[in-house]
Amino acid sequence: MSQKVLDALKAKFGDAIIATESQHGDEVALVKREKLKDIATWLRDDAAMAFDMPVFCTCIDLLDWRPVKAPGTASSARPAWDPTGDGKSPRFEVCWQLRSVPHRHRIRLKVALHENDVKVPSLALLWLGFDWQERETFDMYGIDFQGHPDQRRIYLYDEFIGHPLRKDYPKEKRQPLVRRSDLVGDH
Amino acid sequence: MAATIEPGNLKTLVIGRQDAADLDAEHELPHELMTVNMGPSHPAMHGTVRIVLTVDGERIVKGDVQPGYLHRCFEKESEHATYTQVFPYTDRLNYVSPMINNCGWAMAVEKMMGITKDIPRRAEYVRVIVSEVSRITDHLTCVGASAMELGAFGPFLFFLKAREWLYTLLEEVSGARLTHTYVRVGGVVKDLPDGWMPKLLHRLDEISGVMVEVETLLNNNKIFRDRMAGIGAFSREETIRWGCTGPIARAAGVDYDVRKDHPYSVYPELEFDVPVGTTGDCLDRYLVRVEEIKQSMRILRQACAQIPDGPTMIDDPRCALPAKDAAYNTIESMIRHFKHIVDGIRVPPGEAYSFVEGGNGELGFFIVADGTGRPYKAYCRSPSFVHLATTQKLILGHLIADIVPIFGMINMIGGECDK
Repeated sequence: MSQKVLDALKAKFGDAIIATESQHGDEVALVKREKLKDIATWLRDDAAMAFDMPVFCTCIDLLDWRPVKAPGTASSARPAWDPTGDGKSPRFEVCWQLRSVPHRHRIRLKVALHENDVKVPSLALLWLGFDWQERETFDMYGIDFQGHPDQRRIYLYDEFIGHPLRKDYPKEKRQPLVRRSDLVGDH
Repeated sequence: MAATIEPGNLKTLVIGRQDAADLDAEHELPHELMTVNMGPSHPAMHGTVRIVLTVDGERIVKGDVQPGYLHRCFEKESEHATYTQVFPYTDRLNYVSPMINNCGWAMAVEKMMGITKDIPRRAEYVRVIVSEVSRITDHLTCVGASAMELGAFGPFLFFLKAREWLYTLLEEVSGARLTHTYVRVGGVVKDLPDGWMPKLLHRLDEISGVMVEVETLLNNNKIFRDRMAGIGAFSREETIRWGCTGPIARAAGVDYDVRKDHPYSVYPELEFDVPVGTTGDCLDRYLVRVEEIKQSMRILRQACAQIPDGPTMIDDPRCALPAKDAAYNTIESMIRHFKHIVDGIRVPPGEAYSFVEGGNGELGFFIVADGTGRPYKAYCRSPSFVHLATTQKLILGHLIADIVPIFGMINMIGGECDK
């Protein structure tokens, strides 16, 4: 449906688009982190793109990603992309879903991050709706959005240690909020 | 304090000043900025949101909205549940219209399995019928509760009476009044009971009467209009940049309805209009919601007339449970039943974002599947969360009392916002 958006992106930015895919009618573009802001600004301001509405921002933690082939289906539809080119697969994929109200097309921008380098440019000033969405992603996954106007935890309290939606955070773990300085760091 | 209360003295006592000289016209009251906590335990905050207000007198200079008091780990729990076990969790997202959440989740899983087109038509119609009933209950609650918060208790009781009729009907369908868990991947859990649709149509006629009563009470009510008109207005451009959808976007003139713009299920076969406002203030949001109730009733009347006969569950062993008598009497079906319950529905690896028009706007589920019976990631794009983010902008410059209608018309549902 929005294949022409992906084509236009590749024609305009070339190398900065690491990979694209269309899956179940969703268009996805994996882009280089350094170029994310330029690409996003262009997508918003170009008249033929006009992605004026933010839909959601979230992150996929690929720590436990071991896909199993389901019976009676084609093998993994998810591409094995290698954004850094060093053979190491990235741990996080940050996703921003955009929609154009005038053109009715959609796209999902992705940036892949390694575990020890979770900085990514913030899009909250381009689309105000991403303000809270990125705060949520920071809260739940610990992604550091550079240039975010107000990066604080949104659901959890400031004393919370860790990021609960990461795959290495145990589901059963409890962190009662006890405001006593002598107990901090002793969970 | 002086015992004699004369007319001139009364004012002194009321504002707590000892000295009558303080009341001189030239004497200015101190006007430092003050920080006030509104919520999380406040009747107008629906029990779950805290707003740290910085006020200059009664006027709001800054509002820091803090959600999270109802966070129940929807996503983390879903990652450890089978696709079918997620349905009860979705009930608890927007607990005023759980059927729409059920449908949204089912459609997201069906999209990943590639069976969207194979769902039996009767099941699609049943889904549309229960979704629209849910949409009516959602709007009735929102409008009724907002009117009550502004002091109009009558409309609230009228609307809750009507909502209770619909909850009773949904209870007959699903067995539960509020947390239905009625939809399944591939269809719905069972067909509508016999004689249910005539009852629904009868109730719709009664609700039309209730709508007339409530609109007569509210639409030209001076107090109601004064509190709603021009309050919390959002321009069309701002609405889009903040990502608002649903009645809030439509009140500001954004002609966006998922049912029309990205049609799903059997909505293309049903005729209905999308009401759009012009000013984007609280009054327009109210009017849009009231009109949507009427449009939903229109959809329901058509759907009840058009619904075909047939199965309500897809005939696909990947997601349908075997028939009960087969499960009890043949070993193959029993094993299939067991695998289905314990391992869950096997969804091929991949990712997809699927969305429906919820009561409050675009309700989406973003699923990453790894081929097992449990989602690798299940993200919920909740409209309430997106809309609540705009609250801190909407309340700027208004009075503290204006938070109540603004917040009421945002219709933040705690379960959906906090996930």
